[in-house]
Amino acid sequence: MGYERQADFGTPEVKSDQQVTLTIDGREVTVPAGTTVMRAAAECGGSIPKLCATDSLNQFGSCRLCLVEIEGARGTPASCTTPVGPGMVVHTQTPRLEKLRKGVMELYISDHPLDCLTCSANNDCELQDQAANVGLRDVRYGYQGENHMGQDVDTSNPYFDFSPDKCIVCSRCVRACGETQGTFALTVDGRGFASKISAGQSGDDFLSSECVSCGACVQACPTSALMEKSVVEHGKPERAVVTTCAYCGVGCTFRAEMKGEQLVRMVPWKDGKANRGHSCVKGRFAWGYANHQDRILKPMIRDSIDQPWQEVSWEEALSYTAAKIKSIKETYGARALGGITSSRCTNEETFLVQKLIRGGFGSNNVDTCARVCHSPTGFGLSQAFGTSAGTQDFDSVMDADVILLIGANPTDGHPVFASRMKRRLRQGAKLIVIDPRRIDLVRSPHINAEHHLPLQPGTNVAVLTSIAHVIVTEGLADEAFIRERCDWDEYQDWARFVSDEKHSPEYLEAVTKVPAETVRQAARLYATGGNGAIYYGLGVTEHSQGSSTVMAIANLAMVTGNIGRRGVGVNPLRGQNNVQGSCDMGSFPHELSGYRHLSDSATRQMFEKDWGVSLDPEPGLRIPNMLDAAVDGTFRAIYIQGEDILQSDPDTHHVAAGLAAMDLVIVHDLFLNETANYATVFLPGSTFLEKDGTFTNAERRIQPVRKVMEPANGYADWEITQMLANAIGCDWNYTHPSEILDEIARLTPTFTGVSWERLEREGSLQWPVNEKFPDGSPIMHVDGFVRGKGKFVVTEYVPTDERTGPRFPLLLTTGRILSQYNVGAQTRRTANVVWHHEDVLEMHPTDAENRGLADGSWARLASRTGETTLRVVVTDRVAPGVVYTTFHHPATQANVVTTDYSDWATNCPEYKVTAVQVTPSNGPSEWQEEYNAQAERSRRIAHVEPAE
Amino acid sequence: MSREQRLSEIIADHQGREGPLLPILHDVQEEFGCVDEEAERVIALALNLSRADVHGVVSFYHDFHTKADSRPVVQICRAESCKARGVEALMEGAVRAAGERVKLADVYCLGLCSSGPNARVGDKLHARLDGAALNKLIENA
Repeated sequence: MGYERQADFGTPEVKSDQQVTLTIDGREVTVPAGTTVMRAAAECGGSIPKLCATDSLNQFGSCRLCLVEIEGARGTPASCTTPVGPGMVVHTQTPRLEKLRKGVMELYISDHPLDCLTCSANNDCELQDQAANVGLRDVRYGYQGENHMGQDVDTSNPYFDFSPDKCIVCSRCVRACGETQGTFALTVDGRGFASKISAGQSGDDFLSSECVSCGACVQACPTSALMEKSVVEHGKPERAVVTTCAYCGVGCTFRAEMKGEQLVRMVPWKDGKANRGHSCVKGRFAWGYANHQDRILKPMIRDSIDQPWQEVSWEEALSYTAAKIKSIKETYGARALGGITSSRCTNEETFLVQKLIRGGFGSNNVDTCARVCHSPTGFGLSQAFGTSAGTQDFDSVMDADVILLIGANPTDGHPVFASRMKRRLRQGAKLIVIDPRRIDLVRSPHINAEHHLPLQPGTNVAVLTSIAHVIVTEGLADEAFIRERCDWDEYQDWARFVSDEKHSPEYLEAVTKVPAETVRQAARLYATGGNGAIYYGLGVTEHSQGSSTVMAIANLAMVTGNIGRRGVGVNPLRGQNNVQGSCDMGSFPHELSGYRHLSDSATRQMFEKDWGVSLDPEPGLRIPNMLDAAVDGTFRAIYIQGEDILQSDPDTHHVAAGLAAMDLVIVHDLFLNETANYATVFLPGSTFLEKDGTFTNAERRIQPVRKVMEPANGYADWEITQMLANAIGCDWNYTHPSEILDEIARLTPTFTGVSWERLEREGSLQWPVNEKFPDGSPIMHVDGFVRGKGKFVVTEYVPTDERTGPRFPLLLTTGRILSQYNVGAQTRRTANVVWHHEDVLEMHPTDAENRGLADGSWARLASRTGETTLRVVVTDRVAPGVVYTTFHHPATQANVVTTDYSDWATNCPEYKVTAVQVTPSNGPSEWQEEYNAQAERSRRIAHVEPAE
Repeated sequence: MSREQRLSEIIADHQGREGPLLPILHDVQEEFGCVDEEAERVIALALNLSRADVHGVVSFYHDFHTKADSRPVVQICRAESCKARGVEALMEGAVRAAGERVKLADVYCLGLCSSGPNARVGDKLHARLDGAALNKLIENA
């Protein structure tokens, strides 16, 4: 693909049952009623000059360039604000219009620097284009009068500059910040000639304002007033490749705009069905890690972790590793080997890693990071509905009337989806938030949740069951739906259970700390407010009752009939770019791709035949069990692709002990991550920019990832896994990921209609894509549940074993922040650290005062498993008795503190509840010092002078 | 009563109304002589608006000031009719009469076009001004 701007229809698409036919410049055109004349003209191939209009924003009508003449109408109306009428006859080019447009353009240009040749938008500027279109030849007013030139450029944002002298005050940026992003950080300061775009208030610059650096304003700017620093530095890109973001589970598609092998900028793709042309600070700007100096580009080995690393050739690294694997297998058997697939890698790579472990190593000891995030979603939803995935597409939120948000913080964790949700909320949908913290969606500019249920961490099941109690006992259940779609006997058992007085909000108030009346109102609103949609995150799953909570959520959707159509459903907000995909690809120890249990011999035989191997019919070990077995001496070797379990998994001491006990830890990653401190083989990985493949986002959407540059480390990750497999004796000959995708489609009933060619053609597909659903499945369970009848599961609230007491009186809960991503391996290596350079502990003012802690004090955070130190932020976002932190920085290692309690069904760790004590401190903990010293020793690389 | 308390009181007086921002800004301007950055911030938080939203409105209107100015203000109309009736010739004297003590502000039409040059001090309008009358008005402001 060459470099061309995407088509801009000027005003947003309108949906209507009625069509209107009109004539524009002699051409007859039929469009939905309510469409603007500007858009109608664009749809029939015309182009009316415009500056303030762009099709991502509502019409504004300020630039006066898009004037047209309409027969029988007075004057020259602006085409962007004039809706089409039946039989209308429009002229877009007449001598009168030409004169008017020239006049308007002259005024713009009289106050605009004429430095086009040295301007960063040269040849990519709408003002320049329109000046050309209207045939501007001279400016009668001269340039000597009062003007806006020579103003200081605001360079405070690390990724883009604001040059006020290039600004034409079209307000596209201000509107994008409000309409597209929903932050409202920009305004027009002053009036008339003095008008200027301002971020925040008078004393602010972009960085100090409320700006979240999503890039929507830069995207909307028609000139170089708002411009990426990378374009200022490198110039206009020469080609664009559409690919999928490698950060969160929203799965935004971007145009990677390139100059040769150099990435100049990432621009959200307007046709992306997950992001609809929007982006966040991570995907849009935080890609600098891809070429960061810390990236390891050569394979490395060492005999033990106290030695420095030795850089070696790929051949040597692979033969060394293969020999070790073979010898461990001979001595201890196949079950002493295992591996972890990565939710950051492509479906094809994940599939290959589990194939290597099952078919090559010969064990089913394969697991994935979903173990520590959404494994309860997979289990819970498959129990209730029959599929391990969310039921809707993201667009569905635009039809929701009531949104129930549980244990998720989308404005930080899934920002692009949060912007869609906020747009819907501004249109009038109601929001109920169940979260111990007052997240931004509870109250932030133009958003005000109807109800916030600030529950005690660990009481999700109690709150959801009490909501069900209200729905059932107040007669709000959708009986017709339940009779038709669900198992009626199971429903009756469940209804009897939830109706018990001990599940009433009043009875449970003592446990949940949520006022009973708030629960009742929220329950009534969800049950009766129209389309009710549930969105949830890790605040649901990362609990000892994670799976129960997921099933309780499914119960709520079924009892109110909120499933099987647009605007409703159960929507897990998946954390990582391809966590849905890694689960789909058979990354769990008991399942083959498409969630088919290993014990099903027909499925197993299908794989055995295709792969030419025999598979162990027994499920393998989960991550925590692999670590336990390592300490016991029965598990000896692990291959970890793209995951940093030392930092991300709970109870760091336990993880470290397990890794240290193994004979062979192979880390396949971009960076020497924390886990690599315990590795003896390091295989350098490739970034998402360096390979082809597919990611599957939270809405089951399979989207292509495309190679825009050659792998700096030499090979794409799928090639490295293939080389490792062949080194241990497999005979794999994939030449492109599309062949792996074909194999997945061949072996997985929900993927039979998926192919690389089809993705190239259609952009994306939502599984299941098969004979029954040839075009994929945006909404699931439309005509009935996949499992047949929807299953109501009784969810008894069982308090976690993790209790507060005199020694540990506070409850710690953890989460994410907008600018950083998970363990921070990528985002810490970008300018995003400007916004969040360390993890902090949020604490209620009362708790802080009782401990003599002030805002910014150093504090020691201790639980029964460990302790760490970090700074305190005093805030009433958290309730008294609750503290909150993030886990983005290895210096903090928040997971030293978290425990090994986990979900009863899936072992998903209970990150969200840890009993802790916080005391004043004046420096790092003993563990932090010890660990940092070990990490520093372990990261040494012996540099050998190359022989000439 | 502290400034913060008075500000919250003003906000509370209007918060229940439809479109509470302008009445709040009027009262704040009246009470404190300005709507400064801190007041913008507090009002934004109370009304669930962004800081930029409030600043946009404050900066749009000439009569909301971001800094308090204790000087008396004399507004002189410089629009077409008053120009035609000779206001420009009075300006040099007016500036001299004002010195540092009085703030002169340009306005564009006070609605008394047939009887200019016109000026306003506080809520009082003064018409048919000549040099002496205008200077006196300024000196007495």
